[in-house]
Amino acid sequence: MLHLGVFFTGVGPQLIWTAPDFADHTHIDTFVATARTLERGLFDAFFLGEGLRVRENRGRVFDLDVAGRPDAITQLAALAAVTSKIGLVATQNTTYNYPADLAHRLASLDVLSGGRAGWNIVTTDNAWTGENFRHGGWLAHERRYQRAAAFVETAKALWAGETVDRHDDLIDVTARLDVTARPVLFQAGDSDGGRELAARHADVVFSANTAFDKAVAYAADLTERLARHGRTRDELRILPGAQVVLGDTPAAAREKADWILREQITGPRAIAFLEQYWGKDPSGYDPDGPLPDIEPADGELDPSRGTLSIEHRTGKLERIAAWRARGLSIRELVVDVQPRHNVFVGTPGQIADEWARYLRSGAVDGFNIVPQLLPGTVEDVVDKLVPALQDRGLYRTAYTGSTLREHLELPS
Amino acid sequence: MHVALGTDGDPGLVEAAEQAGVAFVTISGQSGIDAGVRAAFLSRRTAGIGLVPQLQAAVTEPFHLATQLASLDHASGGRGGWLVGADDDPGRFAAVGQPALTGNDLSAEVGDVIDVARLLWDSWEDDAIVRDTTTGRFLDADRVHHVNFTGARFTIAGPLITPRPPQGQLPVVGADTLGVTARLDVALIDATTVDEITGRAVRARRNGAALVFAEVTGPPPDLLDRLAGVVDGVLLHAVTGADLPAAVAAIGPLPPARTIPRGTPARATPRETPDRGGQEGNPVRGTLREVLGLARPANRHATAGL
Repeated sequence: MLHLGVFFTGVGPQLIWTAPDFADHTHIDTFVATARTLERGLFDAFFLGEGLRVRENRGRVFDLDVAGRPDAITQLAALAAVTSKIGLVATQNTTYNYPADLAHRLASLDVLSGGRAGWNIVTTDNAWTGENFRHGGWLAHERRYQRAAAFVETAKALWAGETVDRHDDLIDVTARLDVTARPVLFQAGDSDGGRELAARHADVVFSANTAFDKAVAYAADLTERLARHGRTRDELRILPGAQVVLGDTPAAAREKADWILREQITGPRAIAFLEQYWGKDPSGYDPDGPLPDIEPADGELDPSRGTLSIEHRTGKLERIAAWRARGLSIRELVVDVQPRHNVFVGTPGQIADEWARYLRSGAVDGFNIVPQLLPGTVEDVVDKLVPALQDRGLYRTAYTGSTLREHLELPS
Repeated sequence: MHVALGTDGDPGLVEAAEQAGVAFVTISGQSGIDAGVRAAFLSRRTAGIGLVPQLQAAVTEPFHLATQLASLDHASGGRGGWLVGADDDPGRFAAVGQPALTGNDLSAEVGDVIDVARLLWDSWEDDAIVRDTTTGRFLDADRVHHVNFTGARFTIAGPLITPRPPQGQLPVVGADTLGVTARLDVALIDATTVDEITGRAVRARRNGAALVFAEVTGPPPDLLDRLAGVVDGVLLHAVTGADLPAAVAAIGPLPPARTIPRGTPARATPRETPDRGGQEGNPVRGTLREVLGLARPANRHATAGL
């Protein structure tokens, strides 16, 4: 059976705020309505993203994308009071939290929601984000997953009711919780360290490997890693991130997908994307003209525009040289190279058939849908795609459990 | 006089307090559930009562604390507050791997955390989200500010990740013994005689507290009659749901309430009339600041006339 979640990012270019029916993505009512719609659609989980500093562009708050999000656990606790089935997953960072404090808050959400809490474990080594925290940028890049593993081990012991008394250069804690809990653990990182953390500790991976061949290779890699940790593929759910664009006909779906992409990569955003790579102001250039002829600044990319994937942290000048050789306009280039979640475009029947193929391959157990339109994407998926999946016997017709672990059919 | 109630967040007691017309409940962490998480859960089970969790200032990340409280205020439609925790139990510091603080060092740290929370709550101006389709700008970057706070033990760049709370600033509630009275909206006085309460109330007001509440344990004794004009309200402890209506009636008039009509649709409401959460049948009384008679503060960055 296919497992579905929605990932509510709350920042970035993906969510189209220019749409006429845009539901204010910072308002509690939008969160309540989304969670209730997803519960009607029998979703496993509603995910909130996290970013602990407002994105910037060369020292100034970045103004083109949606921004402004709540504390994830606080928001999900509010949603726990108005929903009864759907899983509630908070993305939370292991670098800029105290293990006992975060474990306590997650356990509290798990208890109040009746076993519906999940934790999407993320790391950062980003000192720019660290400027909002007592410790600052304290953790070396290569140690961030060591800290994450130690943090997760500490949290698990606290949730089991143990007293933790651990003092080393990664963890300094003497604590015990008054509540026991067992939130479902999600992991999203794609680096070697991220995959190892997933193989050791995760119940679910929110994978970036959505294209079919990549998904198959990723599942094979994770299965091997799981075996090294004495676990089997059945103990882990793989849910790649996905965009979905539905239409009544294939042509209508393609037309809508083209519109979405044009709204996501506007002229100002295309220029701003290049600004991040050039490290200089390219605002005088025409987004539909050739790439800037000025030379980029020295130095690698500034992380203040959001998390950079591993392969974009180095090699900036070589990348720009390759881009120039392609002869595309600024906007054409950005459409092609800006990282985004895989897009499934088609009629409900087409996408359901495609997802059936994924499921049969064993490479994925479902998808985490990242909406471009609020409330449009969420309502379309629930009202149109879910029935098509149900018709094919790929999706539940009623909740059979009450906890997130039960929805995901994880070992109890 | 205002009536507040000390609770551990038990939903039945909080709902009884709401029905009885209590202005706000404080929420301790004694149930084992994190007080802030508990308050957020209660925000959608109530509609007319202030929710004031006790969050410890010195043993949490100030940035997370400010974000959590702002989020509580958004989730509750402006009913959030903060009961300042300043526990000097060394165990709390050991849980987060921080050196224990006491006395003046602890007061200074608590003061820094209140100051930075207030700066962060103002770091987005009310009209920072502009959604200007002609320029493609979602935000007005000139209305979202770094705070660049430097305290004795930490620095914070800001801005907050969360837009300004509906109340602008959440009411900050704390004991008059913390050494941070000037920063409090509601100073709490825990004393047993009218003379002592009177003296400390005068001092708290002189030190800058906007409102002064007396903490009273058990059903209100006769001394309450003699506190009229001395304090602005009482924070009752150890009162059961059954005793609440009589206790509230003995102390003061209720703020006017209306009830969420049956059949109210759960749909988006405009920002000017924030949804305060809650189910059908809950009384609605405005934001916590409104209930307490505290004005909504202008943003420190707002430029008059623009």
